[in-house]
Amino acid sequence: MGQDVEIADVSMRFGDFYAVRDINVHIEAGEFFSFLGPSGCGKTTLLRLVSGFMDPTKGQIKIGAKDMRGIGSNNRPTAMIFQNLALFPLMTVTQNIGFGLEVRGVPKTERINKVEELIELVDLHGAGKRRVSELSGGQMQRVAIARALAVNPAVLLLDEPLSALDLKLRHHMRAELRNIQRRTGVTFIYITHDQTEALTMSDRVGVMSIGKLEQVAEPDVIYNTPATAFVASFVGESNRLQGTVSSLDGEYVVLKTATGLFSCKNPQQLSQGEDATIFIRPETVFMTTEPNAPNLLTCGIQDLSFEGAYAVATLKTEQEQLLTMRLNNDGTAPRIKTGENVTVTFNRENAFVLKNGDTSSV
Amino acid sequence: MFDFWKNALRDLGKIGVAYIIITVGAWMVFMILIPQLIMFDYSFRPMLALRDIGGPKDVWTLKNYIVFFTNKLHMAIFFKTIWSSIIVTSAALAICYPIAFYLAKVARGGKVGLLMLGLIIPYWINELLRLFAWQIILADSGILNNLLMVLGFISDPINFRAGDGAVILGMTYAYILFMVFPIYNVMESLDRNQLDAARDLGASWLRIHRKIVIPYAKPGIAVGCTMTFMLAAGTVAAPQLLGSPSSFWFTQVINTNFETANWNQGAAYATLLMLLCMIFMFIMLKLFKVGLKELTQ
Repeated sequence: MGQDVEIADVSMRFGDFYAVRDINVHIEAGEFFSFLGPSGCGKTTLLRLVSGFMDPTKGQIKIGAKDMRGIGSNNRPTAMIFQNLALFPLMTVTQNIGFGLEVRGVPKTERINKVEELIELVDLHGAGKRRVSELSGGQMQRVAIARALAVNPAVLLLDEPLSALDLKLRHHMRAELRNIQRRTGVTFIYITHDQTEALTMSDRVGVMSIGKLEQVAEPDVIYNTPATAFVASFVGESNRLQGTVSSLDGEYVVLKTATGLFSCKNPQQLSQGEDATIFIRPETVFMTTEPNAPNLLTCGIQDLSFEGAYAVATLKTEQEQLLTMRLNNDGTAPRIKTGENVTVTFNRENAFVLKNGDTSSV
Repeated sequence: MFDFWKNALRDLGKIGVAYIIITVGAWMVFMILIPQLIMFDYSFRPMLALRDIGGPKDVWTLKNYIVFFTNKLHMAIFFKTIWSSIIVTSAALAICYPIAFYLAKVARGGKVGLLMLGLIIPYWINELLRLFAWQIILADSGILNNLLMVLGFISDPINFRAGDGAVILGMTYAYILFMVFPIYNVMESLDRNQLDAARDLGASWLRIHRKIVIPYAKPGIAVGCTMTFMLAAGTVAAPQLLGSPSSFWFTQVINTNFETANWNQGAAYATLLMLLCMIFMFIMLKLFKVGLKELTQ
């Protein structure tokens, strides 16, 4: 069964460079938790700290309430699946999966039974005697999962294990991983730069940027109410309007931009005069004929691309501000053509003003 | 095979292909095949005065080989050479495996270059001079004896060069690079994640080496051992410079034969030594389950 992981005030410094800084997060036992961030954001370092390949310069990592400082990776209740899988090429599938059991001195018959069981679990029947080099990408993936699960870890650490697979297989393995996690009840800590992967599989997601944890929340909360400008720009697509806070109105705010005044939510409680950006998801932008509606934008349709279930329209305001609008192909949206002029709007509930942050690594 | 030639012709042109065939062919025929065949031929003929060569006395004979198997001293020297070469090879392996591992998988950046330089610099000097340095270190009034006497460990100098110890020491030193580099080359391509993965699955360092690193480094170890063994068994300089006058090596026996104009006997002994090296190589291949192709890479 899984155990909880407490990451308290953890920093890791290499010389003058902080790979991760002041990370605080509590991962529940049996949770599927993902760290999402661009490459170089420190997520792999964090994973290696949990697995015990190194100890943090500052802070504490507890697994199942036990402080892990000084305990090497060979003695932690964790198992890791590496980005390149790191299967042992000179061994067969059975030997790979049984490696952790063998080094733990598990008797041979018990080992064989356990390996058989795992081969069943990851759907690899009949491949036991084969060499790793004879397997397909998906099969290798399964061997890596089985090898890690063989040692009965309380926490499974996954370092972008699906990144080498083609799209179709990746979709399939996502469901598979999620499935295995539910069946085994092991705590999964998953590292990825792929937001879809993080959002579809995880119970909770922690978004990271340059060594810091920006937001920890359920996938829908991350997407619908991003806490920082970085999260809003890294997860999903957004239209951005830059401006200055001109007036406050409870939990809403009016922002003065080059394209006019817009009302939107103010989760960071910005005050008057602050520079900020409004983030609006393309699917919350819609066309309107009401002349007095709030948050109006008059635009020309620059480009229209039909994607099947929806179409994406690229709009341009008179002030040369570009916007994207997503039109669901459900028959409700009026037919439009490139070159036409339209008036679009968005609900203030669906738009957020966030302090300008460092989004250069997005 | 046909494709091979077609590709070669396309890539290199007729002149290029001809050039390679002629140079490589000439090298193989004149530098390897003919000298070996001549030596082989010599080894099966009796030693004769110049005027008898080509005469009725000049017949094929096993006499030169029979001499070896009836000469107890030479046989003892031969086996001592095998045994000592095995010791040199084992010592070099024991020293070089950790060095190669450290260079390939532990040290990073500038440290690797510096260490590499440290290993290579002594090889800028001729082998004879390197061995000569050991003679100076190990001499009765040499550095080591002086040091030990100053420190009060001994009152009289030790004769380090009695027996074969000094020769084995000198050879191990002289051939370390030939062991380090083949192992280093193979280890370098070992994915560091595999070490981490094994560690993560609970393996001790000893087991990681036994189960992951050594199996992976096998071809390199086989190459290093073969080279070191051949060099140790085939050198005449080390025993000449560092050996005690009373303790002969097989290469010295061969050398003496040639010096005393008994080329036929020398050729027979040299053939035996070559045979030994070949046998050792094949034992290595079998032992490490490495193919001849991997060995020569």
